[in-house]
Amino acid sequence: MEAARGAHPLSAEMPASQARTGTIALTVLTILTIFGVIFGLYMGLVRAGTDIDQGSVQRIFYIHMPSFFGAMLAFGAAVVGGIMYLRTRQHKWDTLSLAGVEIGIALALVNLVTGAIWARPIWNTWWNWDPRLTADAIMVLTYAAYLMLRSGIDNPDTRRRFAAVYGIIAFTSVLMVLIIPRIIPTTIHPVVIGPVFTSSELAQGGFELQATAGVGAALGINFIVWMFLIPITLLWHRIRLQNLADRVEAMKTEALSS
Amino acid sequence: MTAAFLRAMIAVARKDFRAEARSRELLSLMGLFSLLSILIFSFALELNRTARLEVVGGVLWVTILFASILGLNRGMALEREGGGMDALLIAPIPRGAIFAGKLIGNFAFAFTVGVLLTPIMSALYTVPALQPSVIGALALGTLGIATVGTVLAALIGATRARDSLLPILMLPVALPVLIAASRASGGLLTGAANADAGAWLLGLALMDAIYLLVCGALFGFVVEEG
Repeated sequence: MEAARGAHPLSAEMPASQARTGTIALTVLTILTIFGVIFGLYMGLVRAGTDIDQGSVQRIFYIHMPSFFGAMLAFGAAVVGGIMYLRTRQHKWDTLSLAGVEIGIALALVNLVTGAIWARPIWNTWWNWDPRLTADAIMVLTYAAYLMLRSGIDNPDTRRRFAAVYGIIAFTSVLMVLIIPRIIPTTIHPVVIGPVFTSSELAQGGFELQATAGVGAALGINFIVWMFLIPITLLWHRIRLQNLADRVEAMKTEALSS
Repeated sequence: MTAAFLRAMIAVARKDFRAEARSRELLSLMGLFSLLSILIFSFALELNRTARLEVVGGVLWVTILFASILGLNRGMALEREGGGMDALLIAPIPRGAIFAGKLIGNFAFAFTVGVLLTPIMSALYTVPALQPSVIGALALGTLGIATVGTVLAALIGATRARDSLLPILMLPVALPVLIAASRASGGLLTGAANADAGAWLLGLALMDAIYLLVCGALFGFVVEEG
């Protein structure tokens, strides 16, 4: 078994002790993330003051926006993985790319669904064709296309190369979500953070960060959790899973060919 | 850009133009599709004249985008059948020149379709479409679509689904160009004052520049053998 592992190009294997340290670090990070989620929920649902206009519905924002930025971080990781793969041709970068896209999609869906739940009472509709919502949905579809592209190519090297190229191009859809509500004046999606170039008079449901006690703190905590802890932990798990799957595949090939 | 690069680029583009001049396959395919598309839109939107006027820019651009996808698919299939891409890759010319040459061809076809389409739409929807700024939006918009399309069309050659995959890969990526282009030409077509048109054209030019840089850099990785 050890010989089989050594024969595969992927297993420029870490020594066993180092692998164990990695596993321990991952376990610690996972536990930290779980506590982070619970603490974030406590801050958002209990500690932060109730919004005077929107009531408790506003609290969904503590997950809604940070999860988008978590998705952005994951998609950004896919871009980094893509560029590094094209430069170095090391499989690990492609694995990072794939993991980034999958986790980005998951977090973007959290973002979409929480947004729809919030919009039902505030905008009186689950979904409207607001530019930002549409751009966000298109972003998810772009990355779904990325997964389709991957599954459509048989040659593994070609698959990695093409996935890297499309992963880089696909990031434009993320930038669209960020830019659109700032330049198209007809959006009703509020811009809470960052510069606004065309202030939308139609924005419904924005709020002041300093308005009530604990709002800023709750948002800060949830930002750390949803933008960094959750994506990084999931990325790590997904990469580890992929490495294990690759190793199983290599061992299978080895066993069949001997 | 050296003289050799330019010469290779022009040679690649001329190859596409000559093939098209002999077969007229791409332009007739794209042209016929575009005509059908605007007729269908015109029937579908017949009920409401004001709504029709407002969406005329969008109709124009959706039609151009779909026609481009059709043309790109067919063009790439022709290259595959004739072994044209392999021959280009064997030739001792930089990959950038191949990209630029193919881009010139794809852009010329899409732009031609757009230019042919505009007067027809002008007649069908009774809007004053033949204005220099509409032509500007057409040039910049089709350039953006062709840039993304050139890379993505090369990309789908290796996939199993091939032709059916290009729209899925291309529509979301071409969306920014589509939005800016229809915004820039929308107000112009209705004749209403569109104060933002200049800004949208500028944004379109900026987007083209970004896409040209990114796609130009990535094209070499797509066509390399491996």
